[in-house]
Amino acid sequence: MIKKILPLHCFIAGVVVLFFCPALLAQTVSITGPFSSGELIEHAKSHDKQEVVFKGEVVGEVMPRGNFFWVNINDGANAIGIWAEKKLASDIKYAGDYKTTGDVIEVVGVFNRACPEHGGDLDIHARAIKIIKAGNEREHKINKDKIKLTITLSIILCLTLILQVYKLLLRKKLAK
Amino acid sequence: MILKPHAENFKIIGFYLGKILVGLAIFECIPLILAVCLKEFNPALDFFIGTLITLILGFSLQALFFSKKFMNWTEGLSIASISWLAAMFLSAVPLYLSGHWASYLDACFETMSGLATTGLTLSQDLDHLSFSHNLWRHLIMFIGGQGIVIIALSFFAKGFSGAFKMYVGEARDEKIMPNVIDTSRFIWLVSMVYFFLGTLSLGASGILNGMKPFTSFFHGACVFMAAFDTGGFTPQSQNILYYHSFSYELITIVIMLLGAVNFKLHYAVWTGKRKEMFKNIETVTLFFAVLTTLLITAYGLKLTNTYPGAVMLFRKGFYQLISGHTGTGYSTIYARQFINEWGNLALVGVIFAMALGGATCSTTGAIKMLRIGVIFKALFQDIKKIMLPEKAIVVQKFHHIKEIFLDDKLARVSLMITLLYLLLYLFGALIGMCFGYPFLDSLFESTSAAANVGLSCGITQVGMPAALKLTYIFQMWIGRLEFISVFTLFGIIVSAIKGKR
Repeated sequence: MIKKILPLHCFIAGVVVLFFCPALLAQTVSITGPFSSGELIEHAKSHDKQEVVFKGEVVGEVMPRGNFFWVNINDGANAIGIWAEKKLASDIKYAGDYKTTGDVIEVVGVFNRACPEHGGDLDIHARAIKIIKAGNEREHKINKDKIKLTITLSIILCLTLILQVYKLLLRKKLAK
Repeated sequence: MILKPHAENFKIIGFYLGKILVGLAIFECIPLILAVCLKEFNPALDFFIGTLITLILGFSLQALFFSKKFMNWTEGLSIASISWLAAMFLSAVPLYLSGHWASYLDACFETMSGLATTGLTLSQDLDHLSFSHNLWRHLIMFIGGQGIVIIALSFFAKGFSGAFKMYVGEARDEKIMPNVIDTSRFIWLVSMVYFFLGTLSLGASGILNGMKPFTSFFHGACVFMAAFDTGGFTPQSQNILYYHSFSYELITIVIMLLGAVNFKLHYAVWTGKRKEMFKNIETVTLFFAVLTTLLITAYGLKLTNTYPGAVMLFRKGFYQLISGHTGTGYSTIYARQFINEWGNLALVGVIFAMALGGATCSTTGAIKMLRIGVIFKALFQDIKKIMLPEKAIVVQKFHHIKEIFLDDKLARVSLMITLLYLLLYLFGALIGMCFGYPFLDSLFESTSAAANVGLSCGITQVGMPAALKLTYIFQMWIGRLEFISVFTLFGIIVSAIKGKR
């Protein structure tokens, strides 16, 4: 029956392809991770050109460059540069700094130990970016202990200045 | 017999130290104003507290140790060395209060690294640090690069008698102008002109690279201060890698090289003597030193095939090398990449570059080009002496702003300082090895600290032993001041304990 539909050599080739397919797929499009920045930097050679998953907070600024952009994401230990198409950045609203907690994003992309396109930078060329946790404005409550310390020190400084003026006058008196 | 110092000696030291601290407090007002403008209220309080403590100490010292006497060499050199320690402790107050440093020791490490223009950092979560604290980190680098005493001299020109002795204490034994006050002001003039040009270039590059105008100029100013003063701090945790920009790297290379040049050479070029650039022993030695270390590093990188391609080799190999050679410590790679990817030969090339340094009377640390040049000239002189007839008189000259005859004293001083630096590099490496770090890693980090460079191979981190942090602080301090003033301070302490009336 099969012989009628397919010639024998095609059938054998099909079986071979089906048999090795999972192994081939694992080698070409395997996505490994998520990895920490420490792991990626420490074992950069073994992850080179591999598709990896990396999670972290967007820090600094999203820097557009033509149809692409650079964004640096920090996983708490190190920040790594992500190079991606502009359309992938549209969901990123917050970048972390003193007043802001940046969006936490998950990046799927190709890791480069020394990217030939970017002068040897260790970076990830993103294929997909997903917002894991939206960022927000950080609240910094004024520390009351610091205010108390400031007042105390201001009083001490005034006393020190009075002492200095007094000593100056005394020296002038003695000089006369 | 060692003579015990008199109370008057300590009074003079205390009085002038007080004046320098008031100068430091004035500088601390700059980040305070920025914090208020940007509504960073907690950081503003940190700077208010820091300024108040510095002012209280400064005024108290002046009131308690009032003196009108002319300072001698011992006092001048001691003031220079002690003022750096005092500045380290006091500049660390606002940083520690920010909560971004795990301990006061870490904050002190950061400020000594800043003042000594090293650039090693122990900050935590730097990407969330306030603008004002970041400005302070870079400003202390600028203060240290120019010299704490130079700042005080610029502010209080009339109040300092014997200013030259303190000026020498900061490893600046060459006067550009006949008067040391004018020299200080010229150094400021040069720095400010380059500051505006550098900030403008970096700011424009930042905007072209997609940064917002305010942050690009803020980063531009900070990066300029750290590059010109061959420091190495940046506002973000990734150092120069954050910008992912070739133009940014090129501009910082130019600024780093300008910072590594002798202020006397700047003066010569500014006054139209452009040929001096090609004749000066320091620039000639720097050219050959960069060439030699570049060949070693590039060959090492080729062996490991770390950066195939000329652009990569330039942006990674040459950039780290020039950053190390000028004593800046700017980096476009991660610290651990040095150890994991560069290979031993390339690492040795960078260690050599860091150990040699830039020009004298510049903002760099390390052995410096004038000394290397003089040592080689002395070597050639000795070889000539051996080869020529006994009665022949061999005269060796070199060009450093003017023609100078090489004498034995100059050669001896150069060799002595070089030897002391080599011992300092080895000392730090030994301490690192005592804590279990491999030899090459320890030597790399130790040389970086002692030569005030700031490149790291990963040893410098919050979790490293406190004793190693103290070792690096000591190396940064003594390395920046070039030994003599620190030895003088030790001498005065020893004579106070063991001396006789």
